Amino acid sequence: MATLSDESLRALVEDVSFPRAREWREAGGKVVGSFPVYAPMELVHAAGMLPVHLFGAGGGVEIEAADSRIQSFVCSITRSTLELGLRGNLDAFDGLVFTNICDVARNLSGVFARNFPAKTVTYLHLPQNITSAAAADYMTGELRRFLASLERMNGGHVTDDALAHSVAVFEENRALMRELHEVRARMPWLLPASEAYLLTRAGGLLPKEEHSQLLRERLAEIRRRTARPMDKMRILLLGSFCEQPPLTLLRAIEDAGCYVLEDDLALGLRFVEKPVAANGNPLRAIAEGFVRGGATSSVCHTVRPKTEWLVERARDLKVDGVLFCTAKFCEPALYDYVPYKEALEKAEIPHLHVEFEEKMTAFEQAKTQVETFVESVLFA
Amino acid sequence: MATTAQAAVASDLGKTLQRDMLAKYYGALETANEDGVPVAYLFIPGNISELTQVFGFLPVYPEINALQCGIKKVAGENIVRAEDLGYSSDVCGYVKNDIGLMLKDRRSPFGRLPKPDLLACNYSGCNTFIKWFEALAHFYGSEFFLLDIPYIRESGISPGDVQYVVAQLKELIARCEARTGVTYSEARLREILEYSRQAEDLWVQILHLARERPSPFDSYFEAVFYMAPVNMLRGTPESVEYYRQVLREMKARTEEKRGPVPEEKFRVVIEGPPAWPHFRSFWELFKRWGAVAVASTYSKVGGLYDQGVRHDPSRPLESIAEYAMNSYTNWNLAKRADLILRYVKEYEADALVIHSVKSCRSFSVGQADFREAFVNELGIPTLMIESDLADPRYFQEAQLRNRIDAFFESLTQRRLTGVTA
Repeated sequence: MATLSDESLRALVEDVSFPRAREWREAGGKVVGSFPVYAPMELVHAAGMLPVHLFGAGGGVEIEAADSRIQSFVCSITRSTLELGLRGNLDAFDGLVFTNICDVARNLSGVFARNFPAKTVTYLHLPQNITSAAAADYMTGELRRFLASLERMNGGHVTDDALAHSVAVFEENRALMRELHEVRARMPWLLPASEAYLLTRAGGLLPKEEHSQLLRERLAEIRRRTARPMDKMRILLLGSFCEQPPLTLLRAIEDAGCYVLEDDLALGLRFVEKPVAANGNPLRAIAEGFVRGGATSSVCHTVRPKTEWLVERARDLKVDGVLFCTAKFCEPALYDYVPYKEALEKAEIPHLHVEFEEKMTAFEQAKTQVETFVESVLFA
Repeated sequence: MATTAQAAVASDLGKTLQRDMLAKYYGALETANEDGVPVAYLFIPGNISELTQVFGFLPVYPEINALQCGIKKVAGENIVRAEDLGYSSDVCGYVKNDIGLMLKDRRSPFGRLPKPDLLACNYSGCNTFIKWFEALAHFYGSEFFLLDIPYIRESGISPGDVQYVVAQLKELIARCEARTGVTYSEARLREILEYSRQAEDLWVQILHLARERPSPFDSYFEAVFYMAPVNMLRGTPESVEYYRQVLREMKARTEEKRGPVPEEKFRVVIEGPPAWPHFRSFWELFKRWGAVAVASTYSKVGGLYDQGVRHDPSRPLESIAEYAMNSYTNWNLAKRADLILRYVKEYEADALVIHSVKSCRSFSVGQADFREAFVNELGIPTLMIESDLADPRYFQEAQLRNRIDAFFESLTQRRLTGVTA
């Protein structure tokens, strides 16, 4: 396929009618969607189905039907995902998978199960005690349960060979994704954060093989770019691991004079940060990949304090500041914000907090906030 | 101690006894750090206090402290103090109350609370628990142990879930031994579990008395009080004796046909936590209609004993694991809705009341959805109201009264037309 332009990538990401999923289904395939953050979508791939990473409606629908089902003090992504379901936008999805990232996502799985009895709704309780010697065994069991539900949907057995192949396909994709984000961290003038974001999100909508091809082509093209570094503030953006900020907000942050060297946008698509070792038991390999190589985020407990991780990461990347970009009502991000903020202050690393919602339309205030932040740091 | 307990059953015996028990407990907490007594912070749902007791830990329950602060009207100021530190107005008020207490040197209206030596994070039914103790680990630098309790995501518990929890309990035992120097004794654990089992049996007998007409007690507004020892002080002979006395008291009330209101007019099931900062006013809104809760889900957050869950001395760690998975909010929504429906039937309730609280999304998300099923598919009169369990600012009394009055007026109307029809 021809390399997609940024605008066609944006159209793909923002189209909540899920055209690729519908095409897949019309061709006789099955589609399984996952709610953020991480889900073991290799299994969906191995079952011959299209894995799709859902990210709410991004402001693409009015919340009407879901309003009476989910209270107003709940984050946009939860309300809009249910709205998509109730409006029929998820009709092409045969299954949905949720995990224990927060109580809201967990309970949303129950709401989907009740409202959409024809869909296979799976809730995975992924291990949070990742230091326990029993964590990988337990997770292997959880993966087996997920696989069994996929097999029931398909009416066929998924072989170990098929699983091993899918693990390899996903590994390759994650390696390319890591490469993309490394290029951006080293040479942010070559790759704007908003572009890296669209490329990442596309990975949740396109078949994996097609996405890997897109990444390969785009990486080659990025390396040929000749843009020169500018005097911008180098930042680390944190807190958008689940609900995604509007693209306009990301662009406003960049326009305000920032190079976003690293972020946790659409983190689930690149959650496993270390290579997964092929060990002859693909399910066990996936489990170990999650337990030993999971990304640091507010939705997974880590033994080492996350504050230490953040300060070290900020120093390694030589950022000038940290931008907390959190969704309204997102409890995991809002709890972590306080210890993070304290640790950064102790380390004398500037920070700013910007809150967003899917439906926000006014970006001027956020842009001014970021501009002031940039000025205070760069020209102090 | 209550030496007169052997005489005729005094009214409010349960209340007096509990006051003594809690005074003793908070007294011990006050000097624990100075006395070198190890302190374990735990959460109520699925708590593993029997196990920590083996090593001599005194348990501290930040949720209990938060609700006590609510009742004692200091939650508001604690919450504001935490918000000044950077906590959002949109996160759980219990957490903010606890952080606010910490910022005030843990000086509470019920005494000074000790610092944690161990944060034993029993993650059952509430993801915020992890974020809460991660924050405390940051502020105190205390040892943290995450006990990961799988959610009940299908119809029941799988053997893999039990194995996972038991394996973690064994890892925790090793950590407790290293920290306290006390060697683990399974014999001691069995002894403690036997007291828990007895208290749980008695508590279930008490809960079942609400099937009587009139119900001898309010299974929400009073049960949340009587449940304190079975939630906090299990595994002690005192807690067994306590429930023996409360059972006597409730049986006496049943015989005298005495209930919490002068005349029981409506029997309701209540779902969701109470509005602790306005507890009396909240109860009053129901009492004035002669409405009595005959069953509630909040009284099961510490364990679904009435559903057959028990600590079992013959299967010590396994039964702790199974108990920990069976806290109300660790049940999936379908199981929760089914339990509510069974309560409505078994306790012959006229209606269901859902109290949706912003602080606790674990409870709240899904309530508005199953409300639809109760009203439209099952024809159960259902009232849904909103405030908070911790933050006094969310309690709009006039608005709540209007909603509650309108609901009971329509129930009255329905009854009248039902009679004449």
